[in-house]
Amino acid sequence: MDSRSSEPVARIPLPSSATTGLKIVIVGGFGVGKTTMVKSVSEIRPLSTEETMTRAGVGIDDARGVEAKSTTTVAFDFGRISLNEELVLYLFGAPGQERFWFLWDRLFTGTLGAVVLVDTRRLADSWYAIDRLEHHGMPFIVAHNQFGESTHSLDQIRDALDLAHDVPLIACDARQRESSKAVLITLVNHLYALSSARQVTS
Amino acid sequence: MSPRLEDENPDRLYMVTGGRSSVTDDALDMVTLIVSECEPTPGMQSEHARILRLCRSPTAVVEIAAELRMPVSVVCILLCDLLDTGRVTARKPRPAPAETRLPDPEILKQVLVGLQKL
Repeated sequence: MDSRSSEPVARIPLPSSATTGLKIVIVGGFGVGKTTMVKSVSEIRPLSTEETMTRAGVGIDDARGVEAKSTTTVAFDFGRISLNEELVLYLFGAPGQERFWFLWDRLFTGTLGAVVLVDTRRLADSWYAIDRLEHHGMPFIVAHNQFGESTHSLDQIRDALDLAHDVPLIACDARQRESSKAVLITLVNHLYALSSARQVTS
Repeated sequence: MSPRLEDENPDRLYMVTGGRSSVTDDALDMVTLIVSECEPTPGMQSEHARILRLCRSPTAVVEIAAELRMPVSVVCILLCDLLDTGRVTARKPRPAPAETRLPDPEILKQVLVGLQKL
């Protein structure tokens, strides 16, 4: 769940040598485990903050009966991993519904890549997110959060998502640090392969 | 301005930003690290003073927003005031090559090493 972190927490400051903030976005529907994944690898307790959109003309809200408003506020959670003395990686859990995409424009600028977190109960929630990522040319991988049990094969999920074969798809348990870590490493390896290939061809 | 935050008084957000609702300067990313260049002074707007205290060590824009419990867009306006007067400096993320949107392989190597050490 995307719980708000409202209790005071002792801040863990970054070293003064920190120079560069990097971003990875974890996107998925409500309750799919975004914040759980952030929490399992973050060195700080996930923090929550808000962004607002004031422009009109947002997409249809998934919550039935709630009309799209001209002003929308969305809370999103994030965590932090100090990679070395200079590089700091921020992980953002972003809601994938259509009405939240205003947030993405801002999040995506300079983002390394994205993890689409899916669960098989609500696979359809991911279609829009995957479509938009492809449209933006944002590299991503898909992680199936199994919560410890597997009822669908990855091939079945790939078919259901109509996912291109060059997009990595892996199973994970977002509660487990090692598993979430493996998801991030899979993404960065994918980015590295894409980036190296690009350098060779250009 | 329309009400934005369930637990926030919109009037206060209006006041702290001096009525501005957007920043023309797009220079601040959510993960831009902000560093104080001076200590708060008496009479300084309290939000500015809080930012200066927070940023004694490098602090990302999004962390400042979470600590101040304000929307990122409002924090960006406050930060622009402080940047304009040299009271904070920004350590900007390295821009990815615009045409590919793919990060530098050297940076990615460092990210991998960092993640593997987790």
